Amino acid sequence: MKTIDWKTAIRNGLVGGVIALYFSMIGMVEAFSGRNLIGDFFNMGHLLLFGGVLAAGILTARAHKEASVGINAFSSLVAGLAAGIPTTLLILLANNVELQSVFVSVNRTLLALLTFERGMSGLGLFFLATSLIALAGGLYDSLPGVYKRTLGLSLSVVVVVAVFSNIVTQIMTTLFGRPSVRLILDGDALKPLSAAVLFVVLTGIFILREQRRVKAEKLVASGAAAIESKRASLQRQVILFVGIGILLLIAPYVLGSFLSQVLFEVGRFVLLGLGLNIVVGYAGLLDLGYVAFFAFGAYTMGILTTTGPLNQGGGLFNFWLALPIVVLVSVFFGIMLGFPVLRMRGDYLAIVTLGFGEIIRILALSDWLRPIMGGAQGVLAIPSPVFFGIKLDSPEKMYYLVLAGALLVAFVSIRLRDSRLGRQWMAMREDEDVAEAMGINLVQTKLLAFAIGAGFSGLGGAIFAARLGNIFPHSFNLLISINALSLIIVGGLGSIPGVIVGAIALVGLPELLREFQEYRLLMYGILLIVMMLNRPEGFLPAEVFKRELHAEEAELPGAEA
Amino acid sequence: MFKKTLARLSWVDIFLRVLQLVAAIVIVYGLVTTFTTARYSSEQWATLAFAGLAQGSIYALIALGYTLVYGILLMINFAHGEIYMAGAFSTVFLAMYFDRNGFLASNPLVAIIVLILFSAAISSGIAILLERIAYRPLRNAPRLIPLITAIGASFLLQYTFRGLFGSQFRSYPEVSILRGTWTILGFNVPIVQPVVFLAAVSLMITLYWYVERTKAGRAMRAVSEDKAVARLMGVDIDKVIVSTFALGGALAGAAGVFNGLFRPQGVFFLMGFFPGIKAFTAAVLGGIGNIPGAMFGGLLLGLIESLGPNAVLEGLGIPAANQLKDAIAFTVLVLILIFRPQGIFGERLAEKKA
Repeated sequence: MKTIDWKTAIRNGLVGGVIALYFSMIGMVEAFSGRNLIGDFFNMGHLLLFGGVLAAGILTARAHKEASVGINAFSSLVAGLAAGIPTTLLILLANNVELQSVFVSVNRTLLALLTFERGMSGLGLFFLATSLIALAGGLYDSLPGVYKRTLGLSLSVVVVVAVFSNIVTQIMTTLFGRPSVRLILDGDALKPLSAAVLFVVLTGIFILREQRRVKAEKLVASGAAAIESKRASLQRQVILFVGIGILLLIAPYVLGSFLSQVLFEVGRFVLLGLGLNIVVGYAGLLDLGYVAFFAFGAYTMGILTTTGPLNQGGGLFNFWLALPIVVLVSVFFGIMLGFPVLRMRGDYLAIVTLGFGEIIRILALSDWLRPIMGGAQGVLAIPSPVFFGIKLDSPEKMYYLVLAGALLVAFVSIRLRDSRLGRQWMAMREDEDVAEAMGINLVQTKLLAFAIGAGFSGLGGAIFAARLGNIFPHSFNLLISINALSLIIVGGLGSIPGVIVGAIALVGLPELLREFQEYRLLMYGILLIVMMLNRPEGFLPAEVFKRELHAEEAELPGAEA
Repeated sequence: MFKKTLARLSWVDIFLRVLQLVAAIVIVYGLVTTFTTARYSSEQWATLAFAGLAQGSIYALIALGYTLVYGILLMINFAHGEIYMAGAFSTVFLAMYFDRNGFLASNPLVAIIVLILFSAAISSGIAILLERIAYRPLRNAPRLIPLITAIGASFLLQYTFRGLFGSQFRSYPEVSILRGTWTILGFNVPIVQPVVFLAAVSLMITLYWYVERTKAGRAMRAVSEDKAVARLMGVDIDKVIVSTFALGGALAGAAGVFNGLFRPQGVFFLMGFFPGIKAFTAAVLGGIGNIPGAMFGGLLLGLIESLGPNAVLEGLGIPAANQLKDAIAFTVLVLILIFRPQGIFGERLAEKKA
């Protein structure tokens, strides 16, 4: 293509601009602009505002693949100019009409931000910014492959480090003391100099790695290093595992109380996710009422061990004695709720289980069951577990409990997956009718999936109740189910490492960005959609699913479900 | 082998049969105790019933959106409740504006029609966008995937609207001509209830006529029967699907305004969740994919929900039964799906495998 493709350029630019407009109008730009990333000139609001524009620039240049650098650059410049239009219209409109009484986020702060605090003369500045950024994207896309990869990677790493600077702060404080932090950070933001140094160092490392990889590929191609590299990779795996193990054990000491709490949350959702993974990932039964079993676990633990008036255990139970009972109760309810839905599939199962979850929550909240479950007041004064004389009452200590639980559940999950039962689940997931014809007892297999999933969830609930000390019906809403479901999907259905990665990404990282809690569910929504559209198998997919989804793609178009 | 299968199946059947029996006994016992103790007067029952019909007609309008989309794509548009919310929430600002400048008081009929059209336009716009961005690329994907996308879309819409319009509750202005009561069958009924009911029913009849009698409706039915053959007959499948989403969205938007007239309070970004689930229940109750079924299911669910707490639960001696109102809809859903998954009018489910 020799000439510039105006239509693509303008369309991409407008899409990028509409993304910027969207984030501005829902208030995210303003909320995120309070958090500086590098110095005080680049903040998270800019990331939202110009991310889409940058992507538009890159994509536009990519659409002109065979063209010269000049045409690439010019086309992305056009896209950048187009990207400025939607936001500019908003600014013009907001200056003439009172919008804030309807669109609560379109306020003076936002307008000041969009015009770089320069009033109407800032309008031109906004256009300049979008064009320059899109141009940068276009030029970036014209770089040769190696540089493109390494520069892009190190730039993203710098941004990620800046976004999660509180981890950096915490680790550096523990290791080198507080003053060291001020060397590289300015408040929460990276100092421009340290960002630049980090960028250069990372780029250097990545280029070296790239060169080594090319060399290694040549070696592999010659076939000489095949055996050698296999042994090396085994060694590397062992080292990796030992390293991760040590890191997990010392984590609370390095990370401090707040980050331990975050780790506890991650662990709790790993537990939930692994349980749900058995039901959804292995057995293919989409359960949206999974929170019900979590609630059963928490309430059973609460009622058995509380020192308050709701105690039904007669003072006999401590955490450890109650734990087996909690799991049994959850398993029992798993079977009871599994029974009626044995004949249902897919969407219907999802909605009915969602109904179950809501019924349980509404019942827990009602006056009717107040004598047992405490109604809206919940169950109070649940004692912390005591482990050989150590009271597990801080996040650091509870972390070990949840870690032990997660490891146990992960181990059981792996064993189950490779067992006869696991293969039956997967057969059932692929096709119930065929599975039944092969002699699989569907009733038993399904009920076992529900029961085991419920047991894991109940365990998570019990630990949750013991950690918080007080439980309320409001803690057991649909969002927990959705959270657990999202994390196993993002991680990769049926994949155990996927559950862990998903929990870190969807539970851990948002906890670190507490300031932006308001927009957490919005991000989930976007993530779920984008994930399903582009990578339905998740980040760390299980082999079977990857194969299945790619088979679907290979199917002839027009073959409807 | 066959004998074993039979024995195993009947075991589940026995369990379900017992469950059915228990449910029936509980309901009948509750009804009997309530009516033998004569806790409420017929006046009170009538009040509940009329409110239930008005609420039910709103459910029915939303349920039509589920049913239309399901009929064509065999997909449950989980985000449909949010499409309803989008219309209702956006229109509340226009309604407030009309109230401030006196248009609502001087020309109430015109104003309400404008509100309904506006809300329908917003909702159907959102529905079309959703189909274009989120559902169309997944048309041939395994069934779990569009469902998860829909859950994502549901959150995206909720929190987008929260970001746009804020998280506080808004309420529709009161319309003066809808104040006061009519006397129907000797009972005093607030005017707004029969008005909402009649308006909703006339919309449904229009829809039924559209689907059964017009060319576009015939195309819609053809696509729902068999996409491949419909394509061969020259039907533009994409266009039909888009228009189905648009139609379902428009009905949901209209339902949003009716809801605002009937229950002015409580307009906020999460308002779509319960109506969405309940309308889905209504659609299943009538037989999903079946248009008259959705209308009937909606009305029935409205009645059950409004009469149920007093008629059944209080009879069982449950205190503060109205707290469990939302649980009733879910219980109906669960019971229907267990005992008659094809719904009251439906037969198609059995063939197409839920």
